[in-house]
Amino acid sequence: MAETKTLTFAVMDPPFETARSTTLLRLLDVAVRRGHNINVFAYEGAVYLPFALQKAHPNPAHGRNAVEENHVLTKDLIAAIMATAEKAGTKFDWVNCGMCVDERGAEEAIPGVRRGSPADLLKMAQESDNTLVIGTR
Amino acid sequence: MKILNIIEAAYRGTIEEQDDTILWLTTIMKGAGGDFTVLVRGNAINHCVTSQDCSGLSFGGWEQMQPPRLANDTANLIDKGVAIHYVAEDAAERGLHPGDMVPGIKPISRHAVAQLCNAHDQVWHW
Amino acid sequence: MSRYLLIESRDPFDSPDTGFVHDLSRTLVQGGHDVTIFLVQNGVLPARPCIHSAALTSLAQAGVTILADDFSLRERGIAADALVQGVRAAALDVVIDGMADGAKTIWH
Repeated sequence: MAETKTLTFAVMDPPFETARSTTLLRLLDVAVRRGHNINVFAYEGAVYLPFALQKAHPNPAHGRNAVEENHVLTKDLIAAIMATAEKAGTKFDWVNCGMCVDERGAEEAIPGVRRGSPADLLKMAQESDNTLVIGTR
Repeated sequence: MKILNIIEAAYRGTIEEQDDTILWLTTIMKGAGGDFTVLVRGNAINHCVTSQDCSGLSFGGWEQMQPPRLANDTANLIDKGVAIHYVAEDAAERGLHPGDMVPGIKPISRHAVAQLCNAHDQVWHW
Repeated sequence: MSRYLLIESRDPFDSPDTGFVHDLSRTLVQGGHDVTIFLVQNGVLPARPCIHSAALTSLAQAGVTILADDFSLRERGIAADALVQGVRAAALDVVIDGMADGAKTIWH
């Protein structure tokens, strides 16, 4: 197992719109499996990634009901990654930018997500071994 | 920790946000004690043009009272002590001259971007 | 000297700005820095031999390590063993390992 580091990620994209949110979640999954401590600062639309009110739906184009479709809900992926971190005893801190939450009405997030501000991104970055910013287009 | 914030995207949600969200983020983090430099490249250089004016939008009976003032925000960030550079070739390609832009922003050549990256501990491309 | 990990998510068919990563990586490697470009998402498209592949080969010849996310390749039906010269497939783990190792990591 590699030496444990603390890595911070800042992201902007909401779910279901671009490949960037998927790549972010893949990176978080790898990082947690590698045993690293993780910070995430969700800015702008990314505050919807852990939105608790996401709902699965059927897929009529493929004739699948909601259960069969097993639609990706990013809130579930994040919860699963959090659970992996908890089991491994590593830290996983997800901060939603508070004003971004307010303007989007995205207050309801899954457990483990906290509200913060850009000052949290700065603090996370200063206290991390490295930071990756994934901007949006 | 010295952080280089690179801003490239132009007019990305700026009307709805009433800001360039990365200039805004930098302003807040600078206020929180961060050590930042900003590099504006590509179309985002247009945010530094002093003649921008997006005032007067209305939707039904709703009027926008606080349109974004991106050139002012750029100047304010300089006043707060943040060095703002722009890629000279990108500006020239877009027909922009130094006189069109906020005083105090500093041109660098495309070739010098690497040097700017080397001079910072973190490089965040938004 | 520093280590750089430039993550390229854009492709030259859609974005002329891929030149930024090419220019930056070339300047950095000429300055003696260790540079890796990690292609991901549509950024892997020029890894399939095509009109934009020569730029990647040229960078590789200049000393830039160029890797392509194996999942992104498979997602686009690009055979990992048929990539343009100078590019090889790699797992996304490279990004995390690079970050953990202190590489300046820049997403484009």
